[in-house]
Amino acid sequence: MTLPLFFFYLFATVAIVSAFMVISSRNPVHAVLFLILTFVNGAGLFMLAGAEFLALLLIVVYVGAVAVLFLFVVMMLDVDFASLKSGMLQYAPVGILVGIVLLLELLLVAGSVFIAPEAASGSGLPIDTTMDNTRQLGLVLYTRYVFLFQGAGAVLLVAMIGAIVLTLRHRSTAKRQNPVDQVARRAEETLKVVKVKSGQGL
Amino acid sequence: MNSDVTDFASVAPAYPELVIAVGALVLVILGVIINKERSALISWLAVLLIAAAGVVALAMPADGVLFNGVFIADAFARYMKLLVLGGAALALILAMPNSVENGVHKFEYSILAVLATLGMMIMVSANDLMSLYIGLELQSLAAYVIAAIKTDDKRASEAGLKYFVLGALSSGMLLYGASLIYGFTGHTNLQEIVAAIAMEGRSVGLIFGMVFLLAGVAFKMSAVPFHMWTPDVYEGAPTPVTAFFAMAPKVAAMALMVRLVMDTFQPISSDWQQVVIFISIASMVLAAFAAIGQRSIKRLIAYSSIGHVGFALVGLSSGTQVGVEGVAIYMAIYLTMTVGLFACVLSLRTENGYVENIEDLAGAAQARPFVAAIMAILMFSLIGMPPLAGFFAKWHVFLAAIEANLYVLSVIGVLASAVSAYYYLRVVKTMYFDEPKATFAAVPNELTILLAISAFLIVTYYFSVGNALTNWAHIAAGSLF
Repeated sequence: MTLPLFFFYLFATVAIVSAFMVISSRNPVHAVLFLILTFVNGAGLFMLAGAEFLALLLIVVYVGAVAVLFLFVVMMLDVDFASLKSGMLQYAPVGILVGIVLLLELLLVAGSVFIAPEAASGSGLPIDTTMDNTRQLGLVLYTRYVFLFQGAGAVLLVAMIGAIVLTLRHRSTAKRQNPVDQVARRAEETLKVVKVKSGQGL
Repeated sequence: MNSDVTDFASVAPAYPELVIAVGALVLVILGVIINKERSALISWLAVLLIAAAGVVALAMPADGVLFNGVFIADAFARYMKLLVLGGAALALILAMPNSVENGVHKFEYSILAVLATLGMMIMVSANDLMSLYIGLELQSLAAYVIAAIKTDDKRASEAGLKYFVLGALSSGMLLYGASLIYGFTGHTNLQEIVAAIAMEGRSVGLIFGMVFLLAGVAFKMSAVPFHMWTPDVYEGAPTPVTAFFAMAPKVAAMALMVRLVMDTFQPISSDWQQVVIFISIASMVLAAFAAIGQRSIKRLIAYSSIGHVGFALVGLSSGTQVGVEGVAIYMAIYLTMTVGLFACVLSLRTENGYVENIEDLAGAAQARPFVAAIMAILMFSLIGMPPLAGFFAKWHVFLAAIEANLYVLSVIGVLASAVSAYYYLRVVKTMYFDEPKATFAAVPNELTILLAISAFLIVTYYFSVGNALTNWAHIAAGSLF
């Protein structure tokens, strides 16, 4: 067994086991930590496939930002996850059935690719081995995929506006700062310098 | 890697999208800068922006495939885009009167509607599985937010959440189908997929992928059996938002469906025809029977819109140019009728607020004879009575189906249409023959104008716009063949 193959099976096994633990662990904080473990192993798989940029992006974006955000949400919101999960065993048979159907279909796809390997190689961009893949991504992102890239940007803009419009409340009772007033204040208007003789008081 | 966008003139086919995208960004900044109380100004600017995009699409028509094949502009895309733009602009105008009461007074509402319109235009012009998904998601994400935009209303929040969860599920199905299609053909570009299917023939995985993809699109246009969200979302969302949902997104999803089946899956037409015929029959029949028991007028409209999607799909089932022409005409007429219908619903207010149930319409004919008369005309048009526009819409699609020897489908369609007459006529009966219970408030001017235009177009369809619309739809359908 070669070393890359060994690491592939290591990462893949840990990823699958920790993904299972995400949905089965009772403590939501543990679930999020297992999710982080899954992401890290996914990054390892990317690294083995030669996609260093995606591997590091996965760690920075998903582990660094998204998973930590999840953790905050889980810790701050008082959601009773145990009761949410109580029906899980009840629905498990249906879930397993759907899983089997999806697995069979995936095998169908994989089977045809193995039988006709030219189907998989006949598409996509040719890989230029003289460049590292960060540079390669950079070269296509704003040229070939500029429309999709900008479209994805519009989706994120909608998500941002949506999050603000649905959660931001302007309460009339809340005290707010007015930066203009604060900057325009002068020392003479607010400060009074008083000389106090010692021992006399005001 | 080279891009095919070298100068400003080379993106001419995408000018309408650029106008909308840049305009939306400007509106975001303007909305933040100008006063909170003047969101009506932003609404009007949004309407002007959409109108400007429509003018650009009409005045500078440019065909072509752009951005390395992910974007296509042809006569069909232009026709559907103008319908989408029209529907979105009219829905924004419908939202203007009494916007505070309806909860759509925030300036973000208009901006999200404009961004949803951008998503719909990308859907209509999609020539790649990736741009298809980006457009669909842009449209849906904005739609989820505006469904729940009345944040202090429990029902609106419920509608938004329900729409979001089910919409995410349907996006998953669509993506799963897209991944299967990519796996079996090795391409995401729609034209290359056609070539791959034509060369390698059909396979089980491809059919699976196609069914999942069509299921995802059918969800967006609320065709049975993917319609479950429609009545709840239509009922819970504020009425102007419901009007928005019932118009432009349906047209965009229908355009996407037409392009997918007529273009991409053309070589396996017998396979997709089964799917389309099934959802067409199921939509028509279920809508006709389920609407009978409804008390809420918005749920009634929801089922009516499901039924109309079914009728439009009758034309598509034929798989011919005449059929696509029928779909194009149907969507235009459906849009006109829906604008009028929502203008009626929004203009009938009693002292207890907006009319919710059908029995609240009692006596509307005495109190507001003009609105009631127009609503009656619209109901007859929705049934498909000649010589109103609704009759010609159905005539075109059923003609295409009969020419394609789909007799069973046509007979079921006409029977479903007859059943649907019952619930449409019940509204007319309630307005004209029941005793009034409440007094109705005055009708805002914008709504009166929209009502009058809609009714005028529907009544005089055959003499005024009928010919021009048919010619235009003919050119649009021709560009797909």
